[in-house]
Formats: sequence, C-alpha cells, structure tokens
Amino acid sequence: MTRMLNIKDALNEALRQEMEVDDRVLLMGEDIAGGAGRDDVHPEAADCWGGVFGVTKGLLGQFGRTRVVDTAIAETGFVGAAIGASLVGLRPVVEIMFVDFIGTSYDQILNHAAKLRYLYGGKVSVPIVIRTVTGAGFRAGAEHSQTLYSLYTHIPGVKVVAPSTAADAKGLLLSAIRDPDPVIFMEHKRLYLFEDDVPEEPYTIPFGVARVAREGGDVTIVGVQKMVHTALEAAETLSERGIEAEVIDPRTYSPLDEDTIIGSVEKTGRLVIVDESHPRCSLATDISAIVADKAFGALRSPIRMVTAPHTPVPFSPPLEDAYIPSPEKIVDAVTSQYDMATA
Amino acid sequence: MTLGTETLVDLWARMVRIRHFEDRVAIVAENREAAGFLHTYSGQEAVACGVIPLLREDDWFTSTYRNHGHAIARNISLDGIAAEVYGKATGVCRGKGGSMHVADQDEGMIGGMGIVAGGLPIAAGAAFAYRYLDRDSVSVGFFGDGAVHQGAWHEALDFAALFDCPVIFVCENNLYAETTNIDYHLNAESITAMAAPYGIPAVQVDGMDVFAVRDAMEDAIDRGRSGGGPSLIEAMTYRFGGQYEGDEQGYKPPKEAAWWREQDPLLRFRQTVDGLLDPEVLDAVEADVVAEVAAAFDAALAAPWPDVSELMTDVYTPTA
Repeated sequence: MTRMLNIKDALNEALRQEMEVDDRVLLMGEDIAGGAGRDDVHPEAADCWGGVFGVTKGLLGQFGRTRVVDTAIAETGFVGAAIGASLVGLRPVVEIMFVDFIGTSYDQILNHAAKLRYLYGGKVSVPIVIRTVTGAGFRAGAEHSQTLYSLYTHIPGVKVVAPSTAADAKGLLLSAIRDPDPVIFMEHKRLYLFEDDVPEEPYTIPFGVARVAREGGDVTIVGVQKMVHTALEAAETLSERGIEAEVIDPRTYSPLDEDTIIGSVEKTGRLVIVDESHPRCSLATDISAIVADKAFGALRSPIRMVTAPHTPVPFSPPLEDAYIPSPEKIVDAVTSQYDMATA
Repeated sequence: MTLGTETLVDLWARMVRIRHFEDRVAIVAENREAAGFLHTYSGQEAVACGVIPLLREDDWFTSTYRNHGHAIARNISLDGIAAEVYGKATGVCRGKGGSMHVADQDEGMIGGMGIVAGGLPIAAGAAFAYRYLDRDSVSVGFFGDGAVHQGAWHEALDFAALFDCPVIFVCENNLYAETTNIDYHLNAESITAMAAPYGIPAVQVDGMDVFAVRDAMEDAIDRGRSGGGPSLIEAMTYRFGGQYEGDEQGYKPPKEAAWWREQDPLLRFRQTVDGLLDPEVLDAVEADVVAEVAAAFDAALAAPWPDVSELMTDVYTPTA
C-alpha cells in the first residue's frame, strides 16, 4: 500500500521501522529530540524539536533517550563514537545538523570511517550512517547552505546517497542502515516537504542504481538531488520546443550507476549535468569526465554543465536566487548544444 | 559607583539599542520580512555592554551567529546591521553575509561566525599577532555554553595559553545549547572550571549585571595588556528568545523563564543606578533609540538589493 508522504516523514518512517526490528540501531546528534536536561522538571521539553527540521520527531517517545541520544555540540566526538560503537556491533545513525558542520568531524570520516576496513586488511567494517542536510535556497547564509557532495564522493570507503523523492528517501535510508560500510546520507533542506507515493511497508533500494525520472530521446539531463526537479521543469519547457529530455537521478554518487547514464547518452547523443555545487571538482565534472572517457563516440555535441558559480552561497535573496541553477539555465544549455551542432 | 554619568548613560544607550533592535528583528521574523535564521540577543545585553565598551579601537573581537548585540555594543551603524538582516546592498557585509555573519573590521568586529566555537581560534590568533607586533592590544572571542564541547574551543584555549596570547574568552552562558540544557550537556562543574587545566585565569560573573561583567573585563584587560596572557569570563545569562526566531522554546520551563525575566539586564541597570541617574534621562535616551531603530529599519527596507553581479565578486582579493 502506498500513500502520499513527504521526504521528512518518509525518513522518519524508515528510522522508526528499522529501530523496531533492529535493537542495534540508535540515533545520535544535536537536538535530534531536544529539551534534554529539562524534561525531568518540564516534561513538555522532551522532543520539542526532533532535530532542527523535525525529521526525528516522535522517535524519542517510542524509543527513549537510550536510543535517541541528544549529544553535546561535538561532532568529532559523536561521529567518532559512532565509528567505535559500530566496531563492537551497533548500527549508529548520526545526524550532522547541516552538512557545513561536518568540517568539525571530517577527520573521523576521512581518515577513520573511510579507511579502517582497508588499512586493517578487511577484518572490520564500519556500518554507520551519517545523515546530514544540504542545500541552498533557505536564506541560511554561507555556512548553512552548502552541498559538498564531492567532498565525500572523492573518498574511497564511504558511500554517498542523496535522494530527491520521498519513496527513494525511505528505501535508500533503509539500505544505508543495513549497509556494512559508512554511508553519508544527504537530505536537501528544500526538499523535506516534497511529497510522493511511498509504500507503507519497509523496503530497500539498492545503491548504484539510477532512477530514470523522465524518458526522452533527444538529450540526457543528469540532475543531482534537488536539481532533478529543476531538470524536470526544464524538460517540460524543452518538450514544448520539440526536444524530449531524458532526466536521470543517479540517487547514489558512490557507487555511481555509470551504465544507466552512458546508456542514455548512447541513445540521445547529448548530455547536460545539473549540480547545485560549485563547478570545480564537482559531481558535474566527474560525470562529465566519465562520459567523455567512456562514451565519447556517442556524443553529438559538447557536454554542458549547469552548476552554481565558484563562490560561497550568498545570503542576499536576489544573489542566492542567482546562485542556484534554474530551469532557464538548463534550457539554455540544451539549446546551445543544438546551436553548436548546427553551427 | 565609580562610573560617571556620561559612561552610565552611554552603557544604557547601548543596552536599550540592542533590546529595541532585537524586538524589531522579532517582528521582522514574524512578518516574514526577512528570511533565514535570525538569532536574537535579548536578555544578554549586559554581556556585550560589559565587555565591548572597554575595548579600544585596536582591540578586535570575534562573534557568533547571535551577533547583533555585539555589533550594536560596538556602535556599528544600526542602518548597516538592519540592512544586513534583509540582505540589502547597504548592509555591513553588502548583503552577502546576512544576520549570522554581521561584521565590520573597520570597527574591530572580525565577524559573526556560523560554526559553534569557530571564532575562538581566530580570536586567539589576533591576540597572537598583537604580541608578535609588540602591541598591547587584546582580543575577545565570544562563545556560548554549547561551544565548550568543540575541539576548536579546547584548541583555542590551549593555543592561547601556550603562547600567552592576550585574548579574553567570553562565555555567554545562557544555559541552553540550542534546546539542550547545561545540566545535561556539561559534565564539568562549570565552564570556569574548564579553563583551569589550561592554566587560564577564569571567573564566573552575573551576566545580567553589566557592572559585574565590566569589573571582570577590566581585570582581564589588565592581564592581557600587561603580558599576563589569556583570561576567561563566564557570564551567567539567559536568552529571552528562542535559539532562532520561530523556535517555540518548548524546552524552557515557564517558571525558569519568568525568573530570568525578573533579572532583565535593563531592569537591573535601572535598579543599580537608582538615585544616581535621573530616570527621565534614561527614558529620553530610550525614546531616541526607538526612533533610531525605526529609522534604521525604514532605511533598510527602502535600500536597494545588491546587483546580481555582486554574486561573483569578493571570492578572491584583486591583485594588481
């Protein structure tokens, strides 16, 4: 049975369902319930936030503070502790309130979570999930609005997941919790209220399998997370002009489903990648390079990348609006491919 | 009371300027005139105004995302701060930073940092430079009680102690790290006690009493200027608003919040100066401030947005 659910609630449901069947799963993070230290004298304090975006709200009531652990503001501490707990058999799911804050715990991810299995010769695994929040468009300024997808995708040993629909969010989060390796699970703050049909029962979606969000034969548009929706908007405009775009949501960036992207480009001959990140060393450049390397012969025009500029995320609303890739920029990029082909 | 009338009136003006500014920010947030996260400073005025007026022009400080009070206590233009809250071209950061990143280095405010404890190593570094340059300046790094769990907090104290940096770490202990009460998040006896292992002299003061904060700050400044190295001040205070505007503050027991309201630093100031200052003078100052704040927000609303070309500027420093 499916019903409409938004991404926030789909994530909450995935956490709840897995915690119900697996005692090893516990949550840690800053204010993921809220009100710690006052709920003894003021019961209403308990679970007052459920995380800053409310994703974990309600789980405290069912699972208690033993399994829904509000931490101090100490990302290195609790990310590292999650690694240690996972080594002795737990399945911690930690929340980094904004991906921007991951800087303070990056060493534990980069040098420890990602590498322990390899450098200890395959004897151990680190089954942790780091849930974190990406994205601009919230007027949250330069230190609360980044995406940083490529900072993780670059590192061997961690897996990187960034869903764009509620159905994918639930299935991929369940896969992430059950995965034996560290998973960076990225949630876009401007997508939490996006709704679609979500099955009620638990289910998993395998990593490394892209979703074709729209079929088309003229141009392949790969969207990264929220940009899938922007690409779909652009595809409608393009369709009115007689160009049918195929929109691909890779869903996981490490591993990456190269086959689906290359297969689509072999059909369409054109590729546009849309990424909300900075243009250099991004998922856009990465996917572009893979296709140029492995499917150059299929390309009928140069690959185009539509990205944010090489700047921090500005606060000022008109600047931030200009920062985020728009459907118009995607349409222009596709149109330019046709112009180049006829020139 | 050893302070003269002029100083007292000046302290009062800075405190009420903060309060009225933040009251307006709360309305701005409620009316959704400005978007994003707005963290107001109401309740903590005695800390900023106990610390900052004692600094010289050459004494710089770092701030947090709850920075409006620090900027206002430094007498940075209200017009510029209000415009930054909206993201207008006339903002102190030309709209690029927003409320969380108010700064004006021309006035000695290095800036509001969005990452908890992020400013403290930077404040220590400014103090390191003062020593290196053989100046007797001091720096200040403001932080909240939640910051003491960050590696950056410990490393900043360690660095400052190791190199005798004349930095004053000022804790605004408002009892809550976001929603999490200090009874839960702090295992140490106090934040003051946490400075001891680093050999940093520390004192806990009533952070609702601007004069108590000021006294502690005078000692810390003397120590810093005379080569005595870093200090830490833990000011016990309370934020009257939420973590950010729109936070419903379900974590605060009503009795607790009411008790702290009775400690309102503005009220406490009036009690302390009772008989020393004419209340009508204070009222007149406040009336001027109300008009000043209204004018700042009117100007900010009327100000232009930055040109879209601004998106691409300031990433790097132009080189010849």
